[in-house]
Amino acid sequence: MSGDEVSTYLDYTLGEPVADTRAPAGPIEQRWDQRRFDAKLVNPANRRKHTVIVVGTGLAGGAAGATLAEQGYHVVQFCFQDSPRRAHSIAAQGGINAAKNYRNDGDSVRRLFYDTVKGGDFRARESNVHRLAQVSVEIIDQCVAQGVPFAREYGGLLDTRSFGGVQVSRTFYARGQTGQQLLLGAYQALSRQIAAGNVEMHPRTEMLDLLVVDGRARGIVARDLVTGEIRSYTADAVVLASGGYGNVFYLSTNAKNSNATAIWRAHRRGAYFANPCFTQIHPTCIPRSGEHQSKLTLMSESLRNDGRIWVPKAQGDTRPPAEIPEEERDYYLERIYPAFGNLVPRDIASRAAKNVCDEGRGVGPGGQGVYLDFADAIRRLGRDAVEAKYGNLFEMYERITAEDPYRVPMRIYPAIHYTMGGLWVDYDLQTTVPGLFAIGEANFSDHGANRLGASALMQGLADGYFVLPPTLNDYLARHPLPAVPADHPVLTETEAEVEDRLNLILAVDGDRTPDSFHRELGELLWDECGMARDEAGLRRALERIPRLREEFWRRIKVPGTGQELNQSLEKANRLVDYFELAELMCLDALHRAESCGGHFRTESQTPEGEAARRDEEFGYAAAWEFTGTGAAPVLHREALDFEYVHPTQRSYA
Amino acid sequence: MAVTGLVMLLYLVAHMLGNLKVFFGPDDINGYAAWLRTIGQPFLGHEWFLWIARSGLLAAVVLHGVSAYQLSRRDLAARPSKYAHKRRRASYATRTMRWGGVILALFIVWHILDLTTLTVNPAAEEGHPYQNIVASFGRWYVDVFYVVAMLAVGLHIRHGFWSAAQTLGANNARRDRALKLTANTLALALTAGFLSVPVAVMTGIVK
Amino acid sequence: MNLTLRIWRQAGPDAAGSMTTYHVSGISPDMSFLEMLDTLNEELITRGDQPVAFDHDCREGICGACGMVINGQAHGPERTTTCQLHMRHFRDGDTIDVEPWRAAAFPVVKDLVVDRSAFDRIIGSGGYITAPTGSAPDAHATPVPKEAADTAFEHAECIGCGACVAACPNGSAMLFTSAKVVHLNVLPQGAPERASRVRNMVTAMDAEGFGGCTNTGECATACPKGIPLPSIAAMNREFLRAARG
Repeated sequence: MSGDEVSTYLDYTLGEPVADTRAPAGPIEQRWDQRRFDAKLVNPANRRKHTVIVVGTGLAGGAAGATLAEQGYHVVQFCFQDSPRRAHSIAAQGGINAAKNYRNDGDSVRRLFYDTVKGGDFRARESNVHRLAQVSVEIIDQCVAQGVPFAREYGGLLDTRSFGGVQVSRTFYARGQTGQQLLLGAYQALSRQIAAGNVEMHPRTEMLDLLVVDGRARGIVARDLVTGEIRSYTADAVVLASGGYGNVFYLSTNAKNSNATAIWRAHRRGAYFANPCFTQIHPTCIPRSGEHQSKLTLMSESLRNDGRIWVPKAQGDTRPPAEIPEEERDYYLERIYPAFGNLVPRDIASRAAKNVCDEGRGVGPGGQGVYLDFADAIRRLGRDAVEAKYGNLFEMYERITAEDPYRVPMRIYPAIHYTMGGLWVDYDLQTTVPGLFAIGEANFSDHGANRLGASALMQGLADGYFVLPPTLNDYLARHPLPAVPADHPVLTETEAEVEDRLNLILAVDGDRTPDSFHRELGELLWDECGMARDEAGLRRALERIPRLREEFWRRIKVPGTGQELNQSLEKANRLVDYFELAELMCLDALHRAESCGGHFRTESQTPEGEAARRDEEFGYAAAWEFTGTGAAPVLHREALDFEYVHPTQRSYA
Repeated sequence: MAVTGLVMLLYLVAHMLGNLKVFFGPDDINGYAAWLRTIGQPFLGHEWFLWIARSGLLAAVVLHGVSAYQLSRRDLAARPSKYAHKRRRASYATRTMRWGGVILALFIVWHILDLTTLTVNPAAEEGHPYQNIVASFGRWYVDVFYVVAMLAVGLHIRHGFWSAAQTLGANNARRDRALKLTANTLALALTAGFLSVPVAVMTGIVK
Repeated sequence: MNLTLRIWRQAGPDAAGSMTTYHVSGISPDMSFLEMLDTLNEELITRGDQPVAFDHDCREGICGACGMVINGQAHGPERTTTCQLHMRHFRDGDTIDVEPWRAAAFPVVKDLVVDRSAFDRIIGSGGYITAPTGSAPDAHATPVPKEAADTAFEHAECIGCGACVAACPNGSAMLFTSAKVVHLNVLPQGAPERASRVRNMVTAMDAEGFGGCTNTGECATACPKGIPLPSIAAMNREFLRAARG
């Protein structure tokens, strides 16, 4: 298709397949042990001579930075926040899975592995997922030793709960603030290493490009967000732990400043980007209250255990909920999925909400919401019991909406929450650029097309504490590298490119704010590449995005200069990457003409309206290679083999 | 601050109780004053105990003042730019610790000159505190100063006692209310006890 | 709603600053305080003025990035973070004063943005349990009494926003420091470093130029996470215990 003079972004070409070559052969239980045994070691006395750059200080980055420094490496670490403690992992509520089987309820590493592969709708690599399940048990030990205050029972032992519809109780938690507590554990370990001089920490410093010298990642170019200084930092290896890209949608549950720039710049420098269209939508978020909405707030999924979801049967019914009689209400999840009712998986609940709202039966401002009603639960269990279970969530809801959920049904609506896609990595978590590693949400590795609840924290910490350190060790031991001279042309050229781009943005002096563009891009993606996608919509988006990008370069307005704290400049600069990423997401979604996990193509559904996978055609991970802004990328497929967990179609009807 | 404050608080309790003897007539309180000078005899010499107590108190006052000065300097340095929007903070007792302390320091100097050295006392009868007290409180400006100082003592103790418990690590969530109640009771009892004397003089109950 | 805002504007760390007056209109009571500032900033950018710089990130009250003194109160009139404060707590026509955290240890970076790295250094001086990765025994090797676990959690909830310092008339960081000392010192895992932790953290806190504690209680009143005032007493107790050896 390519080679034509009027080739468009849609004319992607198929490149060589890509494959993981690092996972050893043999029984899956032994692969990680074998890999660690095969890994070369760096003499402890020599580790100080190796510098490793870590970008990001969330669960993955914080854990990696602390662990590598403990092992003796010289770590140079970056975060754009004012402190490493603020990384967005802090906002995770629910919990962290681990196959401890403390409950003796039949859990095992094998079962966690199985659940994760199946939950990911058979689009994850078995070797990686199995390792994740193995390592999960060590994470809990590590965090308890650090003083993470997990919930405990009266006997002093750790409490667990069942989460996300699994049959076993394997989720460890710290009230509704598990992410905060785990992150503070990693942050404290990292702080100890910073104080000891083993980690050189650069807060308020944002990575804006990757330095690739002689085919290897040798450092980054970063901007000091306070002074605006742009400079190179060199190292023997670079680790990206910069999180996911959910903010491309503008409205998401991500922190406002979470962004895709670090991974996108790495992608531009040669790292393949895998499965960008695999995004997760969470069904129980507080709906937007108006045009001014800047972000969305998640409320724990556990609410669906006792709340009943409904909308009016009639379109455009604007009566207050209390005045709508029982027979005029549609408890649509209970009606369509009698077996699972309100507890159907996240993607199904989300899509059903969208469908009823599209039918004009949504409630609240703009008709973008459905009721989550606790009246029955309060009648059945009593107000006190409901308060004991959900008191803090009800309080949060009331603070935001000024409505009392004990009297008026809550309104909820789905929102973008997590991105399964990310930089393609092998079993060693190394990207296609040698020496560049990606960990945590920044990579694509373990969740396939859909992530299970309480598994994001598990993966971030697994990568940072236990997986990356030995594989990075192996890389450093095998590739002794000469230092990069400070006047190396790659450094000066890359710095100049970064600087030029910022200057170009500042020079436009147009009439539209960064947020106005971001909002427009986000709405477009939400409509065309959100909960349900179809060919026509994706083609519309792919046509619109380049025009929006062109408009951006004509009309963007950023006051101030690049030599100071300039938050508008930061936003605009991240937007430039979002435009390109959005384009790739839509292309990925268009090319994957099947439905799987978080990716629902309306053309590919079962007669019952469920997602229909097409394993023979799409049983692969799609790794995209960048070829230029607006230029058609190259698709490299990684075939996925399922030796241990055999693909089956989900059914919740 | 906490330790010296508590030492002075203990002294104030004794002092206040001693003062109440004025209601039992001149002989009672004058005898009490004479007895104070004999404490510890014959192991200690005449007035030795008094001087030991006085030097202890002086040390407490000086250390309390010096700490307060150092703490204030440090606190003022920690907030070099003030907020443009002024707002009432904390309780009255808490906000008046610094100025209340200055008032009390001035009062102590006057009080010693008036009733210990008798330098500024109109009666100035050595060994006859009853007569000196009645004479002193016969002057309206002394009464005013005394009342202000005693209110300051009350406020100072109200915050100071609980604050000392906090500083010495004696407070916890369960004890918090009891400590605050004790602080209020102490403050009220001391203020009332001390004020009863000039009020009695002014109203003619003690003359 | 129509509002008059008086906001501290300061171009940089060494620049002089002043309160500047702005008018915003069409503010919805459902907006968060930060969304109201977003609205102002959109207007300022379109006019070609520099928008008001302020720290913010998660906007759900947990990251601790946001924080401004609103009408003289840290995080404003409600006991929550600035991002979770909604405009319905103000009235149409109100004049609202917005200032940065004020403390010698928190120098202003720009407008409402301050440098809180002093907090990171306090944590680095001892606010951790030394447990290198891989060295941990099984999580159930040491049971932790539920009461201790709950106390630890209550104190671990601190988000490091700095409201305690901003609200304290002395710019003291006692509540922040005590929250971490208590969190780690009540746990059996934290016991081996119990004495050195409190000594080092208090020393680090003093070295950063925070003021002393006069027990005004303003910190605990302003704390969006409800870290209790007796935590400071608990830290003092730990400190005296450490001093006794």
